[in-house]
Amino acid sequence: MNAILAVIRRDLLLAMRRKSEVLTALFFFVIVVSLFPLGIGPEAALLKKIAPGILWVAALLATMLGLARLFAPDHADGTLEQMVLSPTPLGLLITGKIAAHWITTGLPLVLLAPVLGIQFDLDAEALGILVVALLLGTPLLSLIGAIGAALTLGVRGGGVLLSLLVLPLYVPALIFGAGAVEAHISGLGAGGHLSLLAALLALAVFFAPWATTAALRIALE
Amino acid sequence: MLTATGLSCVRGERRLFAGLDLAVGPGEWLHVQGENGAGKTSLLRILSSLAPPAEGQIFWRGAPIRELAEDYRREMLFLGHHGAVKEELTPFENLLLAAQLDGAPLDETEALGTLARFGLRGREDLAVRFLSAGQKRRVLLARLAVRKATLWILDEPFTALDVKAVDMLSALIEEHLAGGGMAILTSHQSMPLPNGKVLKI
Repeated sequence: MNAILAVIRRDLLLAMRRKSEVLTALFFFVIVVSLFPLGIGPEAALLKKIAPGILWVAALLATMLGLARLFAPDHADGTLEQMVLSPTPLGLLITGKIAAHWITTGLPLVLLAPVLGIQFDLDAEALGILVVALLLGTPLLSLIGAIGAALTLGVRGGGVLLSLLVLPLYVPALIFGAGAVEAHISGLGAGGHLSLLAALLALAVFFAPWATTAALRIALE
Repeated sequence: MLTATGLSCVRGERRLFAGLDLAVGPGEWLHVQGENGAGKTSLLRILSSLAPPAEGQIFWRGAPIRELAEDYRREMLFLGHHGAVKEELTPFENLLLAAQLDGAPLDETEALGTLARFGLRGREDLAVRFLSAGQKRRVLLARLAVRKATLWILDEPFTALDVKAVDMLSALIEEHLAGGGMAILTSHQSMPLPNGKVLKI
């Protein structure tokens, strides 16, 4: 547990020293989401209908932006080798890295989403559901993304491959995440979608660090 | 005691070495020599358990290192070509964080003392990217002094070091050997250390 916290602290410290990377993803999210109301025009009913989908697609793409840099710097300077050779199990260290990735990219999106949702005329309750859905969904994006980042580590042109690999896997998160808000707006209740999202997250928390670790070991051999 | 029997390494289509035997006991060190591209680094990566050998087995105190896993890694320290030193962090932070990741947190005064010993006094709070190549290596070598490992596997530890730092590192290795430690290293320089064995690839 101490090792996980140590990795999270280290990665947050590094993110503080490299603020531009974190801010780029955040500004990307804000700008993409804000472009839609400007482009489509002030039709409240239409905006309300497309809001969940747009917010979620923008969140997916914003998460993708920083994904290639999840392991690449540590790979380049030999830190990853030291992590593999550390007496601490690699799985724990990787779990810490994924958690730090979520704190720097996922959590800011969750906090910003309700502010951006106002542009789409979402009411307070729908905004609440959006935040809960993103809170369950963004860690899922980091966990699945980590597997892709580990598999494409050290591959030339890995960035494109990474998107091809990871975006299809993001589809369930997108469907249930955006679906939760849509279901609420149409009066069906978001419970079912949120439960499925939570189930996916539980599965990924258990499975993704293990798969990521295995992929990293192969990349380093 | 580290022993290896019948090690071979294949890189792509090429067989770099085969049938390699070696043994290093307490207080001994092994100097791995060979031309550029002979497979020195590959051998060290195999011995450190980063990569599996194509053939052969490695034993640490009589047990295969594949089975020992974490127990072997706790007693072994590998320093490769890359620094594993974060450019954005200061030498002080680098040393503390590396120790925490290894699950053996380091005392702050000990960290500062070690950095001073390696001639980095006054540089503790400067990001590593502002340091020279030699100073970066010194940050890395400071890890040798603080991490309690029995077996050191060092890939070209003398690269980019000035005369004073070379003496300092030699003294550090000698101290380590005198305390019953073991070392395996590659270097193109000859080294005046006692109990040395030479392995030519």
